[in-house]
Amino acid sequence: MSETAIKIEGLGKRYKIGTLKRHDTLRDQLVYLVSKRFSRNGNGNHSLSRDLLASQAMPDSASDTFWALKDVSFDVKRGEVVGIIGRNGAGKSTLLKILSRITEPTAGYADINGRVGSLLEVGTGFHPELTGRENIYLNGSILGMKRAEITSKFDEIVAFAEVEKFIDTPVKHYSSGMYVRLAFAVAAHMETEILLVDEVLAVGDAAFQKRCLGKMGDVARHGRTVLFVSHNMAAVENLCKRALLLDRGKVRYVGDAKHCVTSYLDFGSISSGGDVDLSSHSARSVGSRPLLKRVRLLDSNGNVRDRFVCGEPMKIEFTFDPVISLRTPQFGIGVNDWMGSRIFSITTYFSDSQLPSLNDLCKVTCQIDDVPLAPGRYSLSLSAGTLENTLIDNLENAVSFDVESADFYGNGRIPEANFGRVLVRSRWEKSG
Amino acid sequence: MNPQLAIRNSQPSALTTLRIAPSKGWVSLRLHELWEYRELLYFLIWRDIKVRYKQTALGASWAIIQPVFTMLVFSLFFGHLGKIPSDGIPYPLFSFAALVPWTFFANGLGQSSNSLVGNANLITKIYFPRLIVPLASVFSGIVDFLLAFVVLLAMMLYYGLVPTLNVLWLPLFVLLALVTSLGVGLWFSALNVEYRDVRYVVPFITQFWLFATPIAYPSSLLSQPWRTIYGLNPMVGVVEGFRWALLGTKTAPGPIIAVSSAAALVILVTGAFYFRRMERTFADIV
Repeated sequence: MSETAIKIEGLGKRYKIGTLKRHDTLRDQLVYLVSKRFSRNGNGNHSLSRDLLASQAMPDSASDTFWALKDVSFDVKRGEVVGIIGRNGAGKSTLLKILSRITEPTAGYADINGRVGSLLEVGTGFHPELTGRENIYLNGSILGMKRAEITSKFDEIVAFAEVEKFIDTPVKHYSSGMYVRLAFAVAAHMETEILLVDEVLAVGDAAFQKRCLGKMGDVARHGRTVLFVSHNMAAVENLCKRALLLDRGKVRYVGDAKHCVTSYLDFGSISSGGDVDLSSHSARSVGSRPLLKRVRLLDSNGNVRDRFVCGEPMKIEFTFDPVISLRTPQFGIGVNDWMGSRIFSITTYFSDSQLPSLNDLCKVTCQIDDVPLAPGRYSLSLSAGTLENTLIDNLENAVSFDVESADFYGNGRIPEANFGRVLVRSRWEKSG
Repeated sequence: MNPQLAIRNSQPSALTTLRIAPSKGWVSLRLHELWEYRELLYFLIWRDIKVRYKQTALGASWAIIQPVFTMLVFSLFFGHLGKIPSDGIPYPLFSFAALVPWTFFANGLGQSSNSLVGNANLITKIYFPRLIVPLASVFSGIVDFLLAFVVLLAMMLYYGLVPTLNVLWLPLFVLLALVTSLGVGLWFSALNVEYRDVRYVVPFITQFWLFATPIAYPSSLLSQPWRTIYGLNPMVGVVEGFRWALLGTKTAPGPIIAVSSAAALVILVTGAFYFRRMERTFADIV
């Protein structure tokens, strides 16, 4: 028996842009072909059927396709719990979908030793009209459990989900909490040697999430192989020894989970220090034109910093090359927390100030009088465009910085991270 | 997790290596895998049956209402007013004996054609042999068929018709209807993933097919060899087979059945291979 549970070699998945731009009906497809024909050759010599053949034979031109996953190679040993992290669109879900055989790879291969259970979502196949009991059997069999297996676990599942009283009620009458608990309970009782899990812990209330994590920990301790996609860095650090960092379909790091998490949190700001060269930045979105050249975070004295305290003034300075003259330039800054969730945005559009038209290389600054953020690590997503609503350049998590606690409210009381991410001053009075 | 489970977990079963790699060209049907997933097939059929008439006022009587009302309309317009011959059988019984397998076929075709799109949430989230989805839709029509069949038996009793030993062949004709329904359903369900036109095409084709099948009229209107060639429409074999087995019509369906069975098998096999070929992209484009 081999020691390797999963061996992945040069795995890749290519999507045709055409499959994203779907032609839902035959008519759309015909319109598409005809329009392609007219745009391609003015003399009209090509017949439609030749175009049909051509479009089937060469869909591979670089602009028509993109690789959601490319050259991914790594091994997972038996009994190992491996976390997979990365931004949205980094290829995490595509990787799990290939390993759970939902979609086929375009290149490379993966060898899997053992029965695979995949949990890309909890409650797959739940039917609202069926009772809890019926859904346990249906969902269990969809997850690949045998009927006898479900029967033997039935009481355990019901107890874990805490739905004993409602087990013969159609699940459409369940509260969303009960529904999710039942769905997770079924999934948690799968007994495959290899388990592929995608973000399922992002469900339910905090208490239930904690129990789910506990259950995952049990699974991990009992010698099963687990691949675990998550945005919850704490969970990845706690549950996994090893982790894989994906970036735009490629493996950026594989190894020690703690180190992997740190490099994920860091790699928003590659040169960090509050001064980032954006001209060829990896965080730039597909299709953006690199107009934003550089971003600097400045304190009130004009010094570059990547560490601020709550309530301190902050200046964000862009170096911008419009290439052509932009009459109505617009800028946007998205503020994200360390898990990548957008907290708020600051834009020229919603501000009182108007920028003049920009013609050549210049600097644009945005002044924030008091940083309203609780202590923690944050990153900024940057975008530039015009009032006609065209987004020209966009970078996700381009620069990161830390906020440290300070006397934001000016009363000697220090806000803490668990109060939330945003600090708001308020006035209180007796009004009646 | 209790200790007992932990012990079971620490003893992995005999493992085989599964290779996940791009597939090329035509691929095998992997029927053994279908067998491994038979319990899922069972549960999907069971789910379809269970929820089909949920939240309908008339419930399962819909299974009877459909063919019975069509029979009444046919009897009035084709039998009573049109004076269409019915091989010496009372016209209502003559048409109903054909409408029962026809309804089974037509509903199975409609359900299976939409099955992949209707189960998109399963297909994009979990692996199982995709063939199970249209298979379950066709099989789940069996209950409706049995309900309508009981009505057919009651009608035979009313008209005082007792079937001969030929009735033993009946399961074969049910199977033929099922194979035809599944075969066409496989083609349409796979096409439907990419071309949503199918949703509009299927009701239209079903209506057309109804009149291309000797339901309102007997195939004995045709002379040989045309009657046998007519059997290329597999539903001709099903319908004439039903009448022969239950009502004892004289049109001995031997050659028709042979032609129909061959046609149905061709549709099923080509449909299954086409389905398997398209299967690799289902999750990406559904």
